[in-house]
Amino acid sequence: MRSTSIMIVGVGGQGTLLTSRILGTVGISTGTDVKVSEVHGMSQRGGSVVTYVKMGDKVHSPIIEKGEADILLCFEELEALRWIDYAKKDASIIINTQRIDPMPVITGKAKYPENIVEKIKADYPNVVTVPALELAEACGSIKAVNVVMIGVLAKRTDIAEETWLDAIRKTVKPQFVDLNIEAFKKGYSL
Amino acid sequence: MKQLMLGNEAIARGVYEAGAKVASAYPGTPSTEITEYIAEYDEIYSEWAPNEKVALEVAIGASVGGARATCAMKHVGLNVAADPLFTAAYTGVNGGLVIFVADDPGMHSSQNEQDTRLIARAAKVPVLEPSDSQECKDFTRKAFEISEQFDTPIIVRLTTRVAHSQGLVELGEREDIPLKPYAKDPGKYVMMPAMARKRHVVVEERLEKLTEYSNETPLNRIEWGDRKIGVITSGIAYQYAKEAFGNASFLKLGMVYPLPEKLIREFAAGVETIYVIEELEPFIEDHCLKMGIPVKGKALLPLIGEYNANLIRERILGQKAEKLNNIEEEVPVRPPVMCPGCPHRGLFYVLKKLKLTVTGDIGCYTLGTLAPLESMDTCVCMGASVGMAHGMEKAMGRDAARKTVAVIGDSTFIHSGITGLIDIVYNKGTSTVVILDNSITGMTGHQHNPTTGFTIKGEPTRQVDLVKLCQAVGVDRVRVCDPFDLETLEKVIKEEVAADEPSVVIAQRPCALLKHVKFNGALRIDREKCTRCKMCMRLGCPAIVDRGTHVEVNPALCVGCDLCTKVCRFNAFERVGGDHA
Repeated sequence: MRSTSIMIVGVGGQGTLLTSRILGTVGISTGTDVKVSEVHGMSQRGGSVVTYVKMGDKVHSPIIEKGEADILLCFEELEALRWIDYAKKDASIIINTQRIDPMPVITGKAKYPENIVEKIKADYPNVVTVPALELAEACGSIKAVNVVMIGVLAKRTDIAEETWLDAIRKTVKPQFVDLNIEAFKKGYSL
Repeated sequence: MKQLMLGNEAIARGVYEAGAKVASAYPGTPSTEITEYIAEYDEIYSEWAPNEKVALEVAIGASVGGARATCAMKHVGLNVAADPLFTAAYTGVNGGLVIFVADDPGMHSSQNEQDTRLIARAAKVPVLEPSDSQECKDFTRKAFEISEQFDTPIIVRLTTRVAHSQGLVELGEREDIPLKPYAKDPGKYVMMPAMARKRHVVVEERLEKLTEYSNETPLNRIEWGDRKIGVITSGIAYQYAKEAFGNASFLKLGMVYPLPEKLIREFAAGVETIYVIEELEPFIEDHCLKMGIPVKGKALLPLIGEYNANLIRERILGQKAEKLNNIEEEVPVRPPVMCPGCPHRGLFYVLKKLKLTVTGDIGCYTLGTLAPLESMDTCVCMGASVGMAHGMEKAMGRDAARKTVAVIGDSTFIHSGITGLIDIVYNKGTSTVVILDNSITGMTGHQHNPTTGFTIKGEPTRQVDLVKLCQAVGVDRVRVCDPFDLETLEKVIKEEVAADEPSVVIAQRPCALLKHVKFNGALRIDREKCTRCKMCMRLGCPAIVDRGTHVEVNPALCVGCDLCTKVCRFNAFERVGGDHA
């Protein structure tokens, strides 16, 4: 398998940590080297959060540099814009069309940029938007946004669907497996 | 099969495999998970101590008692534990004693960027520095061996990217390490001047032996490649340098103190240009320069912030990463915020309204500094809020104390706020201290502490009674109130800052993220009733947003804590689903 660099960006509290756990589990089963890096602590309190997942024959640095991400998985539009420089030109850029205003916007000190998706599409050919919140709600829980997003991502890798489903079964609590599998399939079918 | 493990988890695994028996710590990002994972092994006694100094003393005691013992902390925690550390270096150990210290270059979750290697050198204790999860585990086991072989405490230094990255780890079995016999030995364990003078000699001799060891140990290794460029590096910087330089020659240091002088000279003789790449102080670089080896480091690379491969390529190789898009849009920053439902929000709303000077402390509530609450004036270190409020009163006079409060969390108060409070009482201060009692250590991710009534393993234990504790040190005015009862809280604070004696207000309400905390479900705004006065927006709740034409509640964020209903004069909030808020 060639090396793959995946960046997950979002807002603290959106469940990006579970996403990286599932991705890590998938990474191990591909039989290559894997590193997953994320920062715990203060930023998880509603701040901008980023997780790096790297797979390949040998992974040195756990972080992804500008212009290196094969996949940019964005849980929120503004965060997509913040981290866009990290995507390769032909990267799969997956954007959850959800908007969470940061405090400077809430207090009127800054403006939430308009037409983020259009601006990104103008420079990158492989952009897909996902109404993940609605899809997750349809599965029964808005908390499943992260797994809907994993479904969309999974379709854009060369890793078998069953590997992803296995990873979900291994990672989430037993009582939530069915819900999360449904959420994954909703994303996978996009 | 290999497992994917967080660096911190791999450390815990190493502690387990090394046969350690006792672990004590105070939580601090990015070190917290070490002790949380240790607590999952029933073979190891583990505990949360009130602060890092106590934690290290417990570990020293366990070591003297003959067990392999350990203690984990963040970099600033080592400042708190520096007192026992510097003298434990003199006494040495019985069972192996390993101290894990996690630095935070880039300050993801810290108040400074200090480099533990400098403190270790001052304390004269050896330091290992792993660069990935596998090394975290392997170096931990090695550290116990070194500690016992050289009769010294030893530090394993981590940085955020090693502590919080997951990598593959090959697991091993737990060694059966019997308790070493304890023998009374005042010459070694009682550091009075006469004994300490003799032990200092031992310390200096030990450092020489450790330098020899550093030259020989496979922890330090040369990877010969292209000889034009030689890179001396350690820890996570090694990984960045490997990506940036590819086929250069590397001197990869796993033992960073004492440094392997012979090995450094051998490496230097074999390459043309030498770069030292290290986060974050020029620790290896200065030593090389002192040895007369012309290395380049901080002249090219920053003393501030985290490194990465691109930064090294740009600064050293002159290769700047190309920008792949034409997007020039300014992206608003997204600072962390208090969570929806956070109990601290009510307090800071009131403190801002009363225009008080607020000496602050370390915890989630430090976010009370940011707009729109903007109430906190200072934040220095754990417990500083209390002493600083007292200092301000003594400098600025009694009237200043009527306009000042200290704000400190429950766990932080026990850590080192109580001593400040004793100072206020003893020295006739009149300050008001507000203890934010949210029933947990919040910022580091919900650890128990002496005020929660549970141990690290979740077992019930004797709970420190904050009211009785404050009364016992001589504070007669101790009041408890709910920070979401804004009216009462305002009244209480006004009365207590006015009082001519020390006072404590305990603002009690559990962290909104605790599982047992239930709210009533999301609210929405009735646009007919809302006048867009934006009083609710002064709360700084991330769930309430101004859309320009109207104010609305983000239903994905709102938990229904109802604090906003208490500041809305038009009754505009209603529960989604129709019930009255």
